[in-house]
Amino acid sequence: MNLMMLLEMASSGFGDRVAIGSRDGSGMTYQDLYDQSGRASDYLRQQNVEHISFLAESSPALPVALFAAAWSGLPFVPLNYRLQGGELQSLAERITPTFTISDGAELQSLISDVDDVQTTAWHRFLNDTRKGAIPEPTWNMDPDEIAVLLFTSGTTGDPKAAVLRHSHLVSYILGSVEFMGADEDEATLVSVPPYHVAGIAAMCSSIYAGRRIVQLPFFDAYEWIDLVIKEEVTHAMVVPTMLSRIVEELEKNPSHKPDTLRAISYGGGKMPRPVIEKALNLFPATNFVNAYGLTETSSTISVLGPEDHRVAFESSDPEVRKRLASAGKPLPTLEVSIRDENGNEVEAGVSGEIWVRGEQVSGEYLGHGKRLTADGWFPTNDGGALDLDGYLFVEGRIDDIIIRGGENISPGEIEDTLLQHPNIRDAAAVGMPDTQWGEIIVALVIPSDTEAFSEDEIKKFVKEHLRSSRTPDKVIALDELPYNETGKLLRRVLKEGLISQGDSEE
Amino acid sequence: MEVRAGSRLKSAVCNTEVIAVKAPGEDMDIRCGGVPMLDPSEAKTEGGTPSDDASDGTQMGKRYVDSDETIELLCTKPGDGSLGIGDALLAIKESKPLPASD
Repeated sequence: MNLMMLLEMASSGFGDRVAIGSRDGSGMTYQDLYDQSGRASDYLRQQNVEHISFLAESSPALPVALFAAAWSGLPFVPLNYRLQGGELQSLAERITPTFTISDGAELQSLISDVDDVQTTAWHRFLNDTRKGAIPEPTWNMDPDEIAVLLFTSGTTGDPKAAVLRHSHLVSYILGSVEFMGADEDEATLVSVPPYHVAGIAAMCSSIYAGRRIVQLPFFDAYEWIDLVIKEEVTHAMVVPTMLSRIVEELEKNPSHKPDTLRAISYGGGKMPRPVIEKALNLFPATNFVNAYGLTETSSTISVLGPEDHRVAFESSDPEVRKRLASAGKPLPTLEVSIRDENGNEVEAGVSGEIWVRGEQVSGEYLGHGKRLTADGWFPTNDGGALDLDGYLFVEGRIDDIIIRGGENISPGEIEDTLLQHPNIRDAAAVGMPDTQWGEIIVALVIPSDTEAFSEDEIKKFVKEHLRSSRTPDKVIALDELPYNETGKLLRRVLKEGLISQGDSEE
Repeated sequence: MEVRAGSRLKSAVCNTEVIAVKAPGEDMDIRCGGVPMLDPSEAKTEGGTPSDDASDGTQMGKRYVDSDETIELLCTKPGDGSLGIGDALLAIKESKPLPASD
């Protein structure tokens, strides 16, 4: 198996459709993409390297490089172009000899000093592979060859490189995407970066479905809306911070609103409930999909579909309404199980660690082997619970669990409660060291109306919903919370901020 | 023919081509149109046609499985023959379409 199977089928099934680019005729068709990937595979093979890395924003060079790497049998390694020079160099050192397709001179200069790194600009890479003979489709079909290495945004220590083999990505696509399932007029707007698993998965799933890819390299809410309108985009995937900005932009400028969107999927972090509720109101005809997944699981493992959204949104039953904050149900092609500290499965409604098993699950890191149990389960290090009907509630990283007076408290549960408060737009709960309790709970909230914010009133509100041991010891109002560009809340930054603040007070 | 995950096969009597997505890696009598399938490098049977009881055809992008799902074949080119192991025909693997999520 090889990722190239997907593109080969697309080019033979609907080669004339536009694969990537504008609907004005300037885009590349599936046949163009196949042909250029073939020529680029020869080009990459001639570089005599072991990895093909990609240090650039989204562009048509992304799918060409991804599939050309697969064709030539070399692992594809997207690198985060937002990293500092030193961090980037240490990642590059781990994949030498490598050929890097890059944005302009500035990024190239960051890693060109590293031994055995060759670089070229992405537009040159495209130019140099535009003409010439197309090789025979002789890519390696060994399912265990490495397709993609993705450096995960580890919160501690060196980033780990998750290993995704061809079998993982191909299983994910075959199991979740219908071949040519997209109508001819469908287009998807990809605004997640290439170094995010969703950015890679978006290339594969859109190509197999036959859905035209439109790229927004640098997210800006106005630009996003503008591109949706101009390109008549029907599908889009966003992280929570993006949706939040899109909602704000539409509230500010309601006349500049797209009407072509059939589906918006979101994931990559916790969605504040007021944001999704506003979005549902702003786009009543659009299907909303919440997807939960990890790099190590080849993207999505659980989906809250459009119907679930509508039912939860309209229901008066709090148990059903709560599902709007869930990650929906696990894909039918895999298994999800909630385990306690000893690895035993817990009952419905009880929190534990989310374990997952299935063909798309890699759970492997370069140089560290597979982190799977003997019977194939991958402990995700995410906390969560399944309700009686099988809806998955994700509670955040196990490492983020607050231990107050010996009790394990999930920040997610407190945050969900805080977000139900009418004056709270976004919220985070973190544990801070405390001599009496071990840790205390500090809630950081963004009030909609700062004047109306009252610490005592919010504590009281949480206490009415949760046990008193789970009530924040402190509530602090902030103007914003720190997120990374793919929507992950940076708890470490919040904690460091609190600690340095504490030091200066003392 | 020994079939493993990733093996490509083509029909001897129609345009069908498949890739084994799942296979036990053993010798198997995989047929299309009632006739054993070939390695892509082999020549097709001149003038051959699918037998009547194996002529429902294959659909591109569909996966075909035997009753206990020991083998799974992805159709990469459609044709007039039906896939089977020996005389037993394979069935389309039904999958619930999922909403686009990335």
